[in-house]
Amino acid sequence: MLRYFAKRIVLGLVTIWFIASATFFGMHAVPGDPLAGDKAMTAQIRANLEAKYGLDQPLGTQYLIYLGNIAQGDFGISYTQENRRVNDIIREHFPISATLGILAIVFAGLGGVLWGALTALYRNRWPDVVIMFLVILGISVPSFVVAAISQWSLVGANLAAGTTILPIGGWGTVWHMLVPALVLGLSTMAYLTRLMRSSMLEVVSTDYIRTAKAKGLPATQIFSRHQLRNAILPVVTVLGPAIAGITTGGFVVEIVFAIPGLGRYFVQAIQQLDYTVIMGTTVFYGAFLVFMVILVDLVYGLIDPRVRVEK
Amino acid sequence: MLVLHYASSSLTGAVTDVSAVDVERNSISILIREEPPQLDSSRATDAISGMVLGHVMEGLVRMGMDGRLEGAVAKDWEVTPTTATFWLREDAKWSDGRPVTAADFIFSWQTALKPETGSEYAFLLFAIKNAEAINTGTLPPSALGLSAPDTNTLVIDLERPVPFFDKMLVFPTFYPIREDFYAATEGRFGADADQLLYNGPFQITRWVHGSSMTFERNPHYWNLEEIHLDAIHVPFITSDATASLNFFKDRKISMTGLQAENLTEAMRMGWQIRQHRDGTVFYIDFNFRDDRATDNLNLRRAIQAALDMEEMVYKVTKLPGYEPGVSLFPGWLMGEKDLLRREYPPTKISPNASSAQAYLQAAMQELGLDEPPDLVLLSGDNPISSVQSEWVQQSLKTTLGISIKIDKQIFKQRLAKMTAGDFDMVLAGWGPDYNDPLTFGDLYASWNKNNRGEYNSPELDALIDTAQNQLEPAARMRAFGDIQQHLIENAVLLPMYERGVTYVVDPRIKQLKRRVIGPDPDWSRAYIDAGSE
Repeated sequence: MLRYFAKRIVLGLVTIWFIASATFFGMHAVPGDPLAGDKAMTAQIRANLEAKYGLDQPLGTQYLIYLGNIAQGDFGISYTQENRRVNDIIREHFPISATLGILAIVFAGLGGVLWGALTALYRNRWPDVVIMFLVILGISVPSFVVAAISQWSLVGANLAAGTTILPIGGWGTVWHMLVPALVLGLSTMAYLTRLMRSSMLEVVSTDYIRTAKAKGLPATQIFSRHQLRNAILPVVTVLGPAIAGITTGGFVVEIVFAIPGLGRYFVQAIQQLDYTVIMGTTVFYGAFLVFMVILVDLVYGLIDPRVRVEK
Repeated sequence: MLVLHYASSSLTGAVTDVSAVDVERNSISILIREEPPQLDSSRATDAISGMVLGHVMEGLVRMGMDGRLEGAVAKDWEVTPTTATFWLREDAKWSDGRPVTAADFIFSWQTALKPETGSEYAFLLFAIKNAEAINTGTLPPSALGLSAPDTNTLVIDLERPVPFFDKMLVFPTFYPIREDFYAATEGRFGADADQLLYNGPFQITRWVHGSSMTFERNPHYWNLEEIHLDAIHVPFITSDATASLNFFKDRKISMTGLQAENLTEAMRMGWQIRQHRDGTVFYIDFNFRDDRATDNLNLRRAIQAALDMEEMVYKVTKLPGYEPGVSLFPGWLMGEKDLLRREYPPTKISPNASSAQAYLQAAMQELGLDEPPDLVLLSGDNPISSVQSEWVQQSLKTTLGISIKIDKQIFKQRLAKMTAGDFDMVLAGWGPDYNDPLTFGDLYASWNKNNRGEYNSPELDALIDTAQNQLEPAARMRAFGDIQQHLIENAVLLPMYERGVTYVVDPRIKQLKRRVIGPDPDWSRAYIDAGSE
């Protein structure tokens, strides 16, 4: 078991190295000039800037310097915010994205299990039809539309109430997080609902449920003890990657609700060709995803005794 | 349960804390588009940083509420062709109570010029003796032509006569920096609220990166009489225009910009809609490299005669506050006594399909073509540029039969292609750095790096040389008039429009200043009039 995870961790490090290298060379291959601004620079000012960022070195040398720095956990200084270290940007903004993401996952997980179980229970009756219609909406409507509509509705509600029921944006308290987290978790919730529904339906037709019915157990007990517990396993499996996806994919929600998360930096850095921030956030998110996948494997082994690692 | 109750009540307090205008606490809240990228004044170049710095720092001079230059740290000054002398006021102080001295300016300007600082706007200082040589590393920073006969006098030796030298000093690059404080920040100068020393009307007391800022009145500011607000809060930082409007409706911020599609709603709400022309001119630039068809004068004239900028502004983009372009020099620039545009009105080129056709025939003959040439129009990727480039494409197709290939690129890539000369025409724009026509006037000089189409005309160069070096105001302005005429006659560029912004402000706020040069918007002199809602 231990050896297996040691192997996984080494493989994970190789993956991160690959991500870092691919990002590095991909980024330098993208056309465009990271130092270009509205106003042209004199050759000297440009040379000064290139020297400052080490862009005057050959690409191979830059790559080695950069790998060495990453190995020491140093991502360098941002190109657009010239006196901020990329490490500081990640340290200050990732916790915000993570907090929002975890809340979104809680919403998505609870909602997905609840709605999924309900639809399966009322299969082909009106609650099923209504919920599944909303699920299709939740999957197909892009998050910037949902975000804009929910903010607009909040403004209307606040105006009608004459006071602030919920803040329409900003960051600081639990109240600021509620609506953005809901919006962020919505499509995952819809996805989980569908997964839970099909998983529940599969369980309904199994022998042990029939046995339970034959034993004369009350319906509620069958539902909670046997059906739900067994049906929830696939949901747990997809939660890991979903957590990584949600904590990194909040760009639109962060812009609309003025939330200072890392997702904004991740996307804007690419638009602005901010080399160090692109590298820092990509490698960081890559490492985070690798870590989550390993963690899920570990947890899965604990939950389901059938999953055993061969020696 | 009790804990929960306690937690929720304290949280509720925080939520309602933000409001557009807080009469009791004498403070207002505003939104900024993005985190200020650079609050080290020696390196700041962008508008957001300029706006924030303009509230918390002060240079030798500033733009007054009436749009004229007025003394700030300097109480008086004198500019001659060879030197400029500034007398600093004794009561100008840093936010730690120590006086602002001539040495603080000397240190700041030397820092901006040091090659290792990597300041993009170091060129603004090149009018000072030896500045360029220091920036190239051939002379030490101490060789800069600055001296301080006493702590309150700054004498500047000029490399060449600059008639508008004092007007350039409103730019952040010229703000003072105190050496001991700068050294103590160990390379993090301007990175956080406590990594800056302030000498302006406000000081930053809180800065949560990407999230919020608070500017509080600086008790050591010399001219507190003019400063009325106790605090300016920035509770939101986002580039989303719709979110900004929502925050305004929710009474969380005191100003928001309006998009064309919000105007009807704004009128229905009974808001007082205001307009401001931000000073920027947008135009079509041509590529003058030898292998390009656009190097041909008749082809450019054909395009000039084919495009109706009034149609573009009033019928296509339909953005409020925009004005059709008639000249590279925007309407707000001052000439000798009156507006430059009144002293030297630009020749109006009326769109004319038949003369456009005639020019095209002549061009095809000169270029040895049987068909109208296909041209590449380089454009930005924002919605406005897209609409405009499609309009150009359509207009030139119908009037001249010229096929335009639109090359849509993100900002950095568009700049890279412009610099490399990989275009025939490009949608470009220019905003002013200082309050003198030269900030536009030297754009097409053969030596100017921003002349990305590489226009090269000895005649124009000579005119620009006059505009740069002539000290007699009337002759200078005549040179600008001649430059303008040259640019129109030779169709060097096609002015499209002067940009405007449409916005609404909380009616209780008075004396908000919008500007073309200097921090915009400027809230520093604003006050709350609670009765005027």
